[in-house]
Amino acid sequence: MNGVMPSTVLRAEQLKAFYILDAFGTEKIVKAVNGVSVQIRENEVYGIAGESGCGKTTLLKALYSAIEPPLRLMGGRVFYVRDGEEIDVYSLSKEEKRRLRWEYISYVPQGSMSVLNPVKKLKDSYSDFLESHVAGKTRRDTLAIARRHLHELGLPPKVLDAYPHQLSGGMRQRVTIALAALLGPRIMIADEPTTALDVVVQRGVIQLFKSIQESLKNTIVLVTHDMGVHANVADRIGIMYAGVMIEESTVERVFEEPLHPYTQYLINSLPKFGDKSVRESAPGSPPSLANLPSGCPFHPRCPHAMDVCLQEMPEVVDVGENHRVACWLVEGGGDGRAA
Amino acid sequence: MDALLEIRNLRKDFAFGSLLSRLRITAVDDVSFDVMPAEIFALAGESGCGKTTTARLILGFEEPTSGSIRHKGDENGRPKKREKVWFTQGVQAIFQNPFETFNPLRRVERYLFETVRNYGLTKNGTKADKLIDEMLKAVGLRLEEVSGRYPSEFSGGQLQRISIARSLLTNPSLLIADEPVSMVDASIRMSIVNLFRQLRDELGVSVIYITHDLATAYYVCDRIAIMFRGHVVEMGGVENVLMAPKHPYTKLLRESIPEADPKKRWKESVSLTDIEHEEYLRKGCRFAGRCPKVMDVCRENVPPEFTVDGVLVKCFLYDEELMTQTKRSEVPDDAE
Repeated sequence: MNGVMPSTVLRAEQLKAFYILDAFGTEKIVKAVNGVSVQIRENEVYGIAGESGCGKTTLLKALYSAIEPPLRLMGGRVFYVRDGEEIDVYSLSKEEKRRLRWEYISYVPQGSMSVLNPVKKLKDSYSDFLESHVAGKTRRDTLAIARRHLHELGLPPKVLDAYPHQLSGGMRQRVTIALAALLGPRIMIADEPTTALDVVVQRGVIQLFKSIQESLKNTIVLVTHDMGVHANVADRIGIMYAGVMIEESTVERVFEEPLHPYTQYLINSLPKFGDKSVRESAPGSPPSLANLPSGCPFHPRCPHAMDVCLQEMPEVVDVGENHRVACWLVEGGGDGRAA
Repeated sequence: MDALLEIRNLRKDFAFGSLLSRLRITAVDDVSFDVMPAEIFALAGESGCGKTTTARLILGFEEPTSGSIRHKGDENGRPKKREKVWFTQGVQAIFQNPFETFNPLRRVERYLFETVRNYGLTKNGTKADKLIDEMLKAVGLRLEEVSGRYPSEFSGGQLQRISIARSLLTNPSLLIADEPVSMVDASIRMSIVNLFRQLRDELGVSVIYITHDLATAYYVCDRIAIMFRGHVVEMGGVENVLMAPKHPYTKLLRESIPEADPKKRWKESVSLTDIEHEEYLRKGCRFAGRCPKVMDVCRENVPPEFTVDGVLVKCFLYDEELMTQTKRSEVPDDAE
């Protein structure tokens, strides 16, 4: 592993998180995150792409250290860099973790438009939240903070007087994201924030993320399966397949020069305006994480599969600046094979 | 060529709220369109635009408040049971979520045999097997792969294929597919979309493809209707509508799709509505509250349909008489 880059803000080393399920006496292991190493930098939007059931959400949970049974951390470490110091997250106590949350790292979970308490007005949710994290403020102060914050993000402060059901889904989503940005966290993790929203509303949500990032100069880790959203906001993208990060690069390189056969299928199957030529999907369907194929998990669907792919998982190798791929086809990927 | 399905002035009202403060919302308002044989017709728009309600009206799940739906010249007004069977034999539905389409406690093949029995397609068991196998082959599956298995043993893409195979059993002339790929994984999505193209080309089946995803609509469809709050605001060939949108709403929608190309990032920002009801209850054009080119006339009157380059547009911007008038009245103002 390389040393800490000066601008790294979050680092994971060989992270493994499995769901261990006990079904009628037989143990079933779902390898949702199966050895992921990633370095996320300061002031960037890092996109994580992949299909449903490829371990994106579990990776986020592991990065946020929100691991609860049946999910278990099986190996690897996660570091946050705060004021130039590396903190090993899984060595922290519960209280220390709690203090990091929202102030240093915040998490917008999937379907977050339903996290707001339906029988409380939004201002109550906001002040509950502020009172538990900011000491010595009166209710009026906290409300003023909330109002100013919403105003800065271009949301009407009058929503504070509304109940969640009175707002549209897109508005609720934006209010929740604004809540996650309230204490100016250095890292914001968002899980499918634009899924289930209409395109115009989706655009509004992405706009909100962009303006938060511009004003806070922080890092946003954005998980979505929508490659269009990634193309629009992300600086770098990691592509996940069956619990592993198979390719990572800048957004331009992933879209123009994908190297992994899976990424190539993913990019080439996207319909484009002004181009009606036939698009092909990858053959077959993604494997079950409880029953992974041997070697590279993509080999049963890969048109270029070789013998070695069936036996061994390729290492992630650097190919040029800012581009990492895990595939035996890629030059350098054969390291260790000849020996 | 005669139209396969003719829809004229379709309207559906829903009432909301308590007895005292009743709100009437027109979910589908004065919608007319034709579907030709062997054509993929897209109904596109955001959630709450009335596209699913239109599909439910065509399928007879809801009674229209007014208007007519004619399939092969016969009206699906208030059909008797036997007529309904005749109608559904020709018009079949494919639903959005393949995991909800099938009962998790029933074996999947029972749906296929049930369809054969309900429509009286054949009474002979081996013939039924053969028919089902044939349809499953058309979608890239085989009966041996499917029989004896429960929905949980299939992937979403496979279930959606089975759903399509089931709808093909009755030899329909029209499929109504409501967001058929939105729940299917990205890497296999195109194989389902390609299947619709293949069905059109090989079997001559027409499809009403309901979607919010304009990029796939562009890829698969021949003609498209863009809906907004119950109105069809623009309708025509997919090339004309999506590559050169005319209605300000279509323009906004088209620009808001995140394109899978990092070079085409958005630069301008958009304004959003907070309350959907307001737009439904608006008197004139329902887009007037957000339209960048709004005029006084838009707030008062519902725009009629204008034909521009073979595309139907519901917008006063294309009313030549009105536009020349406003220009004339504006010029002196500017001069002063």
